[in-house]
Amino acid sequence: MSGETRPTPRARAVRPLVVAAASTVVFFGVLALVITSAPGWPRVQAAFFDPGVFEAALPGIVEKFWINVRLFVIAEALILALGLAIAVMRSLPGPVFFPLRVLAIAYADLFRAVPGLLVIFFLAFGIPTLRLPGVPRDPFFWTVIALTLVYSAYVSEVYRAGIESIHPSQEAAARSLGLSRAQALRFVILPQAVRRVIPPLLNDFIGLQKDTVFLSFVGVVEVFRESQIKQSILFNFTPYLGTALIFVVLTVPLARLTDWLVARDRRRGERRAT
Amino acid sequence: MTSAIRAEGVRKSFGPLMVLGGIDLDVGTHEVVSLIGASGSGKSTLLRCLNLLEPVDSGRIFLGPEEITAPRFDVNRVRRHVGIVFQAFNLFPHMSVLRNVTLGPVEVLKIARAEAVDRADELLRRFGLIDKRDEFPDRLSGGQQQRVAIVRALAMQPDVLLLDEITSALDPELIGEVLEVIRELAVSGMTMVIATHEMSFAREISRRVCFLDGGVILEEGPPDVIFGEPREARTRQFLDRIIAAGRL
Repeated sequence: MSGETRPTPRARAVRPLVVAAASTVVFFGVLALVITSAPGWPRVQAAFFDPGVFEAALPGIVEKFWINVRLFVIAEALILALGLAIAVMRSLPGPVFFPLRVLAIAYADLFRAVPGLLVIFFLAFGIPTLRLPGVPRDPFFWTVIALTLVYSAYVSEVYRAGIESIHPSQEAAARSLGLSRAQALRFVILPQAVRRVIPPLLNDFIGLQKDTVFLSFVGVVEVFRESQIKQSILFNFTPYLGTALIFVVLTVPLARLTDWLVARDRRRGERRAT
Repeated sequence: MTSAIRAEGVRKSFGPLMVLGGIDLDVGTHEVVSLIGASGSGKSTLLRCLNLLEPVDSGRIFLGPEEITAPRFDVNRVRRHVGIVFQAFNLFPHMSVLRNVTLGPVEVLKIARAEAVDRADELLRRFGLIDKRDEFPDRLSGGQQQRVAIVRALAMQPDVLLLDEITSALDPELIGEVLEVIRELAVSGMTMVIATHEMSFAREISRRVCFLDGGVILEEGPPDVIFGEPREARTRQFLDRIIAAGRL
């Protein structure tokens, strides 16, 4: 061997961390330097990063954000149910169920094609104008319905991919025990399928959470409209920063949870394969 | 001997591929019948037809006195009486061993959960699996998984048990423990139809051996006749190949 000494195991473990830290500091240091040395930086700093304005706007933003939270929590529960119903409808076998399958396919095609905001406009402005007795006119209600319809179309495709990923031998085993098709779906196929699609489901929900700002387009003062109002009163864009941050704070843990679930599933898959 | 399960002129094709070309098979109560033959000769398909996992194209199948291929016969009812064990085990990976075994009795036979658990425990104990009852399938060896699959089928208290190449996916050192279970079942009088490549096992355990070739039962008889002095040239050819491969 040459005179070079081999690194100790401890040094070998620490070294990548040091390299990662150093390269991170250098990368973001250079980026910060470029931005803050730009000629317009002082004006940008005053308009977007004003601590005083941030402090003044934050309580209102947090308060209005609860409207968005309420929207996506209600919608997510409805989407999980409706998406599953559509996916199951689409996987029904045999000629008898042909109309249901066509309906499910048409539904998924239509609501994935039309921009979500337009669906909200049609429902939140259109239906109240009909003045049907007993039909709610609340824009919040119709936005919940519209986003549920749109996202259920996506989520039904996610569920369907999960259902189709379960090997037919599982259904054969279930049916061979005398379970009906519905029982096989309920006890054997769906529990495995749903577990597999949790990561892409959470991904769709991150999209939905951001789309809750569409509420502001049908006249509800939620977090986005609130920051817009604050911006126009204070002549400063910092309230938008507050709104952006609050979505980051909500989404990042969900994204990490998704990563963790994917990693856990992969570990399990490897264990099964050995 | 009363008939447990009987096939009459059963035909089955997948698209243009003819797999079963008119099978007549009568399996008596407590009888053990082995199906041998090359891969693709129709053994597995015949088993899957016997419990209606595959619908037959034509021909009739009787379970005891009842024709189960009759129109509108409840297929779920057939499967309560005819168990099957698959080559690849097909355990439910998201359920513990105990849940795998009790699912059928609880959801299909509508037996109270506590009683189903007692019966499952008894079967698991009998086949040396009681210490695995709360494990998930991916924690078990192939041999253990296959024994659980057999217990799962037995928990339904079937009249007939179909075994579809149940040792083909196992490492050689794990085959013995599974065959031991089948031996015990044969002694206890279980009616079984066994598709297998384990010729010496088929010879030892069966009362009758059927040689399938090209979708028909070309020759059948007592194991000593089929393995000792087969009548058909095709049967001899098949057995010679098996002997050459060192499997008999």
